[in-house]
Amino acid sequence: MEDQSVIEVEGLTKSFGDFTAVNAISFGVKKGEIFGFLGANGAGKTTAIKMLIGISVPSAGKATVAGFDVSTQAESIKKNIGYMSQRFALYDDLTVKENITFFGGIYGLSRTRIKEKTAQLVEELNLHDVVNELVGALPLGWKQKISFSVALLHDPKIVFLDEPTGGVDPITRRQFWEMIYKTANNGTTLFVTTHYMDEAEYCDRVSIMVNGRIEALGTPKSLKAQFDTDSMNDVFLKLARG
Amino acid sequence: MKRFLGFIKKEFYHIFRDKRSLFILFGMPIAQILLFGFAITNEINNVDIAILDHAKDARTIEIINKISASKYFSIQAYIESEADIEKAFQQGKIKAVLNFEKDFSQQLIKAQSATIQVLTDATDPNMANTISNYVNSILNNYQQELNKDVKIAGQVMLQQRMVYNPELKGVFMFVPGVMTIVLMLVSAMMTSISITREKELGTMEILLVSPLKPLQVIIGKVVPYIFLSIINAVVIIVLSIFIFKMPVQGSLFLLGLESVLFIITSLALGILISTISATQQTAMMVSLMGLMLPTILLSGFIFPIASMPLPLQVISHIIPAKWFIILLKGIMLKGVGITFLWKETLILFGMALFFIGVSVRKYKIRLE
Repeated sequence: MEDQSVIEVEGLTKSFGDFTAVNAISFGVKKGEIFGFLGANGAGKTTAIKMLIGISVPSAGKATVAGFDVSTQAESIKKNIGYMSQRFALYDDLTVKENITFFGGIYGLSRTRIKEKTAQLVEELNLHDVVNELVGALPLGWKQKISFSVALLHDPKIVFLDEPTGGVDPITRRQFWEMIYKTANNGTTLFVTTHYMDEAEYCDRVSIMVNGRIEALGTPKSLKAQFDTDSMNDVFLKLARG
Repeated sequence: MKRFLGFIKKEFYHIFRDKRSLFILFGMPIAQILLFGFAITNEINNVDIAILDHAKDARTIEIINKISASKYFSIQAYIESEADIEKAFQQGKIKAVLNFEKDFSQQLIKAQSATIQVLTDATDPNMANTISNYVNSILNNYQQELNKDVKIAGQVMLQQRMVYNPELKGVFMFVPGVMTIVLMLVSAMMTSISITREKELGTMEILLVSPLKPLQVIIGKVVPYIFLSIINAVVIIVLSIFIFKMPVQGSLFLLGLESVLFIITSLALGILISTISATQQTAMMVSLMGLMLPTILLSGFIFPIASMPLPLQVISHIIPAKWFIILLKGIMLKGVGITFLWKETLILFGMALFFIGVSVRKYKIRLE
């Protein structure tokens, strides 16, 4: 069970006309792992994620997510994954509770299940005072936590986090990573993109994408050894500068 | 289905919590219909005029009384000389001056003709024209009374009868137009804005990653606006019937069906606009420039299509509003049924299908 792969990618490619955004990438992610998916802006991270979450069809190659093929079984994938974008997309003009109810609803949760989940989240995130406030009035840190919890509402096997800590302060970022650890301990796999290199250190394994290819893949420790430096930042800079 | 209902509920929250969209949805239709009905009209009422009467005899006094008795004119000043005419106009209040020639009655008897000069302020050409026509018709009337007993051989009598709108009420022309514009606005602009808003906020991405199918998302966004548009159509029809005494000669049922057809066409256009615009602002601009302007200018609402240059007439054919206005006028004013309107209905139906097809296709391509 421990080594069970939940994401398997083999030669995955996406091209737009002459431009190859993602060039034959291959990797695997194990159950309960925190997998860091790094790369500079424009390296192809977002395009790759879009294929994995089933909203973009690969041009070539093969990938399975939670056991389903991304090219042919996108609908089944969608039921088994959670997704949080870098914009913490919630509805600003809905209250916290209404947001939870809405997103629970579109994932097909029953009314009683939604009630349970809401009560649980209010308790865990200490939302007592804000549960009936409009989300638009909340600070970014709150939105981030709620957005993450909403992505977990339907107990997905894998959660994709696309730059989940953009724009929030270091303390909030720290707290957020604690949430990520807790989620991973429960057996959920986390697929995280980030461009904060200190966050890369928190991941179990990281891959670094440069110009559509995965140039490095391994634990932070092994990568630092491989590139003979003591920070992920230097690993990244060495790769990015070629 | 439960997912879908939750989605629609959420959509109504958006609408009812946003004061701006509430205003566009409900304030605008009512404001527009009242504005067009009351303020913007081709009819004249109580136009201020001045009289320059050089004769001051029995005949001119009779004519002046007749004019002042009509509800169209109100005599504001009696001036004494030609020099005062200019002054009266310059003050801006007086829109017309009636200048009766000297010895009016004697001229009428001796020379068989006397002259009244009608000077109108043509800074507003339409108004000037209308004033001049109204004065003319009052004078014609007077002349007929004068000649009641006299038989003139070989005179051609023009007998006018305005059908379908005998009182020439401007509001009968505006109601179909305003209804068309409001439905277009609510359906196309509001949906395109609400869809692009989800794109802008990033929530569209979340919805697409969810198990909801793209088509469900779009239908969920559109359904509330179908409801609201229908409510709007009803409000406009009720207002026009009870406040402006607009008749509905034909079948209300058919009127409702045609309105739904037009609403669906506009919604499809709204979806199409949302697929080509990335931001709410673009969506609004495209809706206003791309839909509202042609709808107002080329639909025959204000400017008659038959008097447009040929290229514009051809373009007007592809504007859904043109066909809807024909349908509205046909049902409300002429009272004709589907036997006479099947062609327009079919065209509108074809357009609805076409736009739905294109927008669904476009939407899918965007997902790639």
